[in-house]
Amino acid sequence: MNFVPPHIDWAALTPVLIVLGAGLLGVLVAGFVPRRARRGVQVALAALATASALVAVVWRWTVVQVEGPREIVGGSLIEDGPALLAQGIIALVALVGLLVVADRSEWGEDAFAAQAATRPGSPDEDEAQRAGMSQTEVFPLVLFATGGMLLFPAAGDLVMMFVALEVLSLPLYLLSGMARRRRLLSQEAALKYFVLGAFSSAFFLMGAALLYGFSGSVRLSELAMAVPSTVGMDGLLLAGSVLLVIGLLFKVGAVPFHTWTPDVYQGAPTPITGFMAAATKIAAFGALLRFAYVVVPGLGWDLEPLLWGIAVLTMGVGTVIAIVQTDVKRMLAYSSIAHAGFVLVGVIALVEEGIGAVLFYLLAYGLATVGAFAVVTLVRERDGAGTVTGEALHLSQWAGLGRRSPALALAMTLFLLSFAGIPLTGGFIGKFAVFAAGVQGGATVLVVLAVLASAAAAFFYVRLVVLMFFTEPDGERTAVVKSEGLTSVAVAVCALGTVLLGVVPGPVLDLAGQAAAFLP
Amino acid sequence: MQTISDLPWLSILIVVPLVAAALIWLVPALQRVARTVGLVVSLLVLAGFVVMATGFDFGAAAEHQLTEQASWIPQLGVSYAVGVNGLGLALVGLSVFLVPVALLAAWREQEVVPEGAVVARRQAGFVALVLALEATMVAVFSARDVFLFYVVFEAMLIPVYFLIGSYGGPRRRYAAFKFLIYSLASGLIMLVGVIALGILGPGGPDGFLVDTLAGAELGVWQERWIFISFFIAFAVKAPMWPVHTWLPDAAQQASPGTSALLVGVLDKVGTFGMLALCLPLFPEASRWAAPVIIVLAVISVLYGALVALGQRDIMRLVAFTSVSHFGFIVLGIYVREEVALTGAMLYMVAHGVSTAALFLISGFLTQRGGTQQIAAYGGMQRVTPVLAGTWLVAGLATLSLPGLSGFVPEYLVLLGTFRVNIVAAAFAVLAVIAAALYILLPYQRMFTGPRNESLAALPDLGAREKWVVAPLVAAMLALGFVPGPVIDVLRPVAQEAAIEQPSSLDTATGAGPDGSSDAAAAVAEGSEK
Repeated sequence: MNFVPPHIDWAALTPVLIVLGAGLLGVLVAGFVPRRARRGVQVALAALATASALVAVVWRWTVVQVEGPREIVGGSLIEDGPALLAQGIIALVALVGLLVVADRSEWGEDAFAAQAATRPGSPDEDEAQRAGMSQTEVFPLVLFATGGMLLFPAAGDLVMMFVALEVLSLPLYLLSGMARRRRLLSQEAALKYFVLGAFSSAFFLMGAALLYGFSGSVRLSELAMAVPSTVGMDGLLLAGSVLLVIGLLFKVGAVPFHTWTPDVYQGAPTPITGFMAAATKIAAFGALLRFAYVVVPGLGWDLEPLLWGIAVLTMGVGTVIAIVQTDVKRMLAYSSIAHAGFVLVGVIALVEEGIGAVLFYLLAYGLATVGAFAVVTLVRERDGAGTVTGEALHLSQWAGLGRRSPALALAMTLFLLSFAGIPLTGGFIGKFAVFAAGVQGGATVLVVLAVLASAAAAFFYVRLVVLMFFTEPDGERTAVVKSEGLTSVAVAVCALGTVLLGVVPGPVLDLAGQAAAFLP
Repeated sequence: MQTISDLPWLSILIVVPLVAAALIWLVPALQRVARTVGLVVSLLVLAGFVVMATGFDFGAAAEHQLTEQASWIPQLGVSYAVGVNGLGLALVGLSVFLVPVALLAAWREQEVVPEGAVVARRQAGFVALVLALEATMVAVFSARDVFLFYVVFEAMLIPVYFLIGSYGGPRRRYAAFKFLIYSLASGLIMLVGVIALGILGPGGPDGFLVDTLAGAELGVWQERWIFISFFIAFAVKAPMWPVHTWLPDAAQQASPGTSALLVGVLDKVGTFGMLALCLPLFPEASRWAAPVIIVLAVISVLYGALVALGQRDIMRLVAFTSVSHFGFIVLGIYVREEVALTGAMLYMVAHGVSTAALFLISGFLTQRGGTQQIAAYGGMQRVTPVLAGTWLVAGLATLSLPGLSGFVPEYLVLLGTFRVNIVAAAFAVLAVIAAALYILLPYQRMFTGPRNESLAALPDLGAREKWVVAPLVAAMLALGFVPGPVIDVLRPVAQEAAIEQPSSLDTATGAGPDGSSDAAAAVAEGSEK
């Protein structure tokens, strides 16, 4: 048996190479650059890498527009419209998310534990804090996760998909456990995320194995060809597909595979929550879209009831439970679950317009999510002595924010309105596009249910708006920190993006329209 | 004249208040003079409307004129398309007329502010929201694209929500929340209809234009379902029984200026949507659903009137009278009879003026007395004679006294309804009696009888307040005595709207003039008395 090394098109790999390369470089920086300069170098490196990746994706997009989509690395990766658009959105969201991750309060305190290895509450921890240490490994970890996310929607075979899944997940497990405050909660979140994530990986891997057994290949394209032509092994195919889809649905946080979401979102450092809530979901939906559009059409009858059921459950449970939350981060977590349900409507549609619609929705959702969590990082509580401490997470602490800092409250309102799908925000156009795809794909009943869920969801978004603007502030228990300004930039970018996507969505819809076909 | 109609007038009327609102909200220097700036801008908009109206060809009022069209989101088939026919013109006119009045009426409302708030900032916020609302009102009455209509329909919730929630009574948050949830939920139901309409319609880069969609071939049940989704949204907005319950709360808690705009103009979006979207887009479904809607409308008419009788809060009372009046309007629309349709459209304008007057003047009273409870007042006629007199005029217009604005439209609606549906008319006419009670009883309680000594020192209407009331009273008298010009603008629209119903064709030629001359005769008779 001859081993033929695959032809590797290095140019097509640029975005991923830049990000992963910068991640490796970041590890070296953490090891060798003197402590005083370390942080600055890391931030600059990470931001530069993500921005260059974004530019590289744009460049590849223009190339693909001319030369057409193709397989790279012998078919393990695919460079086509949907993949590149998803990568572009991920890079953009990661860049904005990175700004929030890199930001520090005025007195130089970032969102991460001074030394993650110290035991919470121990003298070591105090010492590390007093010494002003900071864990700059955060930045390479974010870059590694971003690299995995960039690979995920472009993966053309199941092995590559699995590798991407792990590359994006492992750094996130770590990052979740690194919060500066409420460290036990954070470490619990990390453990929970890790265990359930490993569990879902096992599902995915088992599914991939069964599908390999069915088709004799891990390539999605060959799998798709095998579906109609292979007779008598439906059990293998069905079981494999279901397990694989379950693995992916874990990552998007669809009910009943959502149980990790609220705890992890609540426990993880808020900038990381924003980053993973947005970017992971985009990457996972990118992969799910590819699997659904390339493989599932051949077995629509068998998988559709499952996906329908999951979409209904996801929208319903996410919305209903979000209504009773009193913690801002948990509320946003359940709202993100509900959004996963809305996106599933577009995935299930299985019409050409569905791809662009889903990606547009994810862009609007991603910007609003990063923005909303960025706002959360700035709203802090005060202890009895008046010292500003951790984030003010209880809803009641948000009362009167509109009076205290109108601009921030306005931005938050904008993100909430976008979540709720009010016209002139990106969320509205996204909902419109996704629901339109759903109706076109014959899922009108699902769309009606989705609309009812949106109506109910409006309740808890509006409740926060009410609190911020119409409720008297409750003494001086809450403070808004200024920070070094990066978070404000991120919030401004997200707010601007949300409005632009709502008012002049034309250009982005054009892009999404061009990305409407997967290379099988 | 050519140059006048060439300018994009409707866009100007939309953009000017919007820009002014943004400036007032953002520029601190403007905030101290926010009220003046707001009033000047709204008067400029009113002047702009008058100039625009001169470019309107009144001979062809059924057609949409002053149209503008530009591609907005061609990928979804959405255009920015505006234009008005006679009805749109009348309602845009009503909006731009009421805004300066409401601003002037609210001049001193925000001078007492909650602890910790800055007076100038709060006033600026109020003015900015009202101006933003004005922009959306003009836009919604002139939208010629279903998607654009929907966008504005939803976007206008935001200023209203903040107006009720920030500048209202003690339970304003609850009221604002209820208003928003009702509107949002019904709006989302409409969204499904909008999406389905876009997909089932002819599509293309201008697939959402009303004109494109009007000829779309829909399946019978497709059309009916989409109609239902639109109608629910409009019924909530209108508001019709049984989805009216947000209105009394909102009107009770909102400031009088907000209530005047909310009930006077904003709720007309519901009935406007029925006329401008439901009838042309879903002719068959409109006919199919008419019997049910007529029943609901008659229930609204009677229920609103009866519940108004039992109210102790003056603002809630006015709100329930509006439920009754909206019942009349919907009745006039769905009996699909030309005279009734003309009446319904005129009713929308007349009701806007008289209800706004009733809200504002009641507001003047409650600001003086410090309570909205009817029982707290007594003998106010001798304390504040001008206030009492103008309240009575507005009230009489509401109960359709001949010679005032309410009479002609109510007469036309009943006349038209009698021609095609005697039962509905017979029930609806009962509300006319109830109307006399729900206006005259509170008048009697508040303004006549023994004087409440604690309120004996209250001042009468000041110069500013008289300036608020004067144009409203003038408008009520004008609509009462010379409704002809407005009817002329509306009748062609009504003729076109009624045309689907074969039974109205035989009466179509003679009915309109008859109706108005009947009305004129009755007006003359009434004024002689």
